[in-house]
Amino acid sequence: MKWPAIGYVRARSLDDLWEAQRTHGAAAQVLAGGQTLLATLAFRLSEPGVLVDITRIPELRGVALRDGVLRIGALTRHAELGRDPLIARHAPLIAAAVPYIAHPAIRNRGTIGGSLAYADPAAELPACAVALDATLHLLSARGERRVKAEGFFTGLLSTLLEPGEIIAAVELPPASPAQRSAILEVSRRSGDYAMAGIAAVLELDAAGQVASPRLTFFGVGDRPVLATRANAALAGRVLDAAAIAAAAEALEGDLDPPADLHGPPEMKRHLARVLLRRALAQFLPAREKAA
Amino acid sequence: MIPITLTVNGERVSRHVEPRRHLIDFLRLDLGLTGSHAGCEHGVCGACTVRVDGEIVRGCLVPAASLDGAEVTTIEGLSDSGEVADLQAHFVARNAAQCGYCTPGMIMTAADILRHHPDATRAQIREHLSGNYCRCTGYHAIVDAVEATLAERAARRQEERR
Repeated sequence: MKWPAIGYVRARSLDDLWEAQRTHGAAAQVLAGGQTLLATLAFRLSEPGVLVDITRIPELRGVALRDGVLRIGALTRHAELGRDPLIARHAPLIAAAVPYIAHPAIRNRGTIGGSLAYADPAAELPACAVALDATLHLLSARGERRVKAEGFFTGLLSTLLEPGEIIAAVELPPASPAQRSAILEVSRRSGDYAMAGIAAVLELDAAGQVASPRLTFFGVGDRPVLATRANAALAGRVLDAAAIAAAAEALEGDLDPPADLHGPPEMKRHLARVLLRRALAQFLPAREKAA
Repeated sequence: MIPITLTVNGERVSRHVEPRRHLIDFLRLDLGLTGSHAGCEHGVCGACTVRVDGEIVRGCLVPAASLDGAEVTTIEGLSDSGEVADLQAHFVARNAAQCGYCTPGMIMTAADILRHHPDATRAQIREHLSGNYCRCTGYHAIVDAVEATLAERAARRQEERR
């Protein structure tokens, strides 16, 4: 249905935003790309009093590599993530995630900050942020703080963001030459949220030994799930068929998926195991893939 | 009411809009441009696809109030420019319009393929159009029309290089 009657404020600076929050208090709702928020208005799933449009605030824009940190402004749109040369080079997992996110017209509006703040457990970017060990730069009228993506997601559509606080940027360690990454998911139709997905990041040395594995699953819990046991099963091992089997087995202890519209928990466990095997197989040397 | 000044199909337009007005209702009800269709009105069906600042968007998921200074192109502007005349001819030849409700959105999205992915395969065409629903389910004719247009344009480019 049509959106409810609502207010609108165009913030051109952070000061404009803080001012709008002071004026409207809890009724103020930040509007970035709006690709989820505006649909929830149509469904009356949310009824904020005033939309505060932050898309013209320059501090929240841009992608830059500075002092060994890749900083992705919160307003960076999905389509921009997919074609940015710095992201392609230093965070290829994020570029690889883009084609899975909704459809081209939505990718032209939706933002990385919005996706992380909304925290859909089946969305790609929250899982990528956890897998890449991202740090989120948060701003409010009271000041700034930095939190790890890993602890940022606290439950279904829930995060550490406090009232009045926004995500300003996502900060990532640039990918090392040894980094391997992949994102895979299963969904019924192209562009749908995943029934199950994996964002896999690890390092492989010249001998094929795994370091710093961060396999992260989405669509299988109330938030992105860092597969601690599967990662422990991989760390320090040479990546081969036996190591992959061990990780798949250890994964059982990492997942406690809820039943949802797609099917029962055991189906999600099955999909997660299959995706883990497929993702890790991509990192095997060519001769083992052939075997 | 929020004052906005923007460009729609090359013409400068100034209006006062309610914040609850999305771009498609603004185009249809305030400007009388009824080529863009409101379908699901929650971002799923793609019937409302239009260009904002050169890139396709879901018109139902963009507040008109946010568009001060923007450049909007609708199916009317795209048709008048002649940019997709060949694509439209292929739609007609294959009866790819059927009831016609999804057609403006399909053409806007297909134009995006023609512009950004001139070498798209059939699978890539289907993927790019996957966010546009046709409830007549006439997808094959639509994909055929896009594919034929791409092939024709590629052949023409080849010809020009000779």
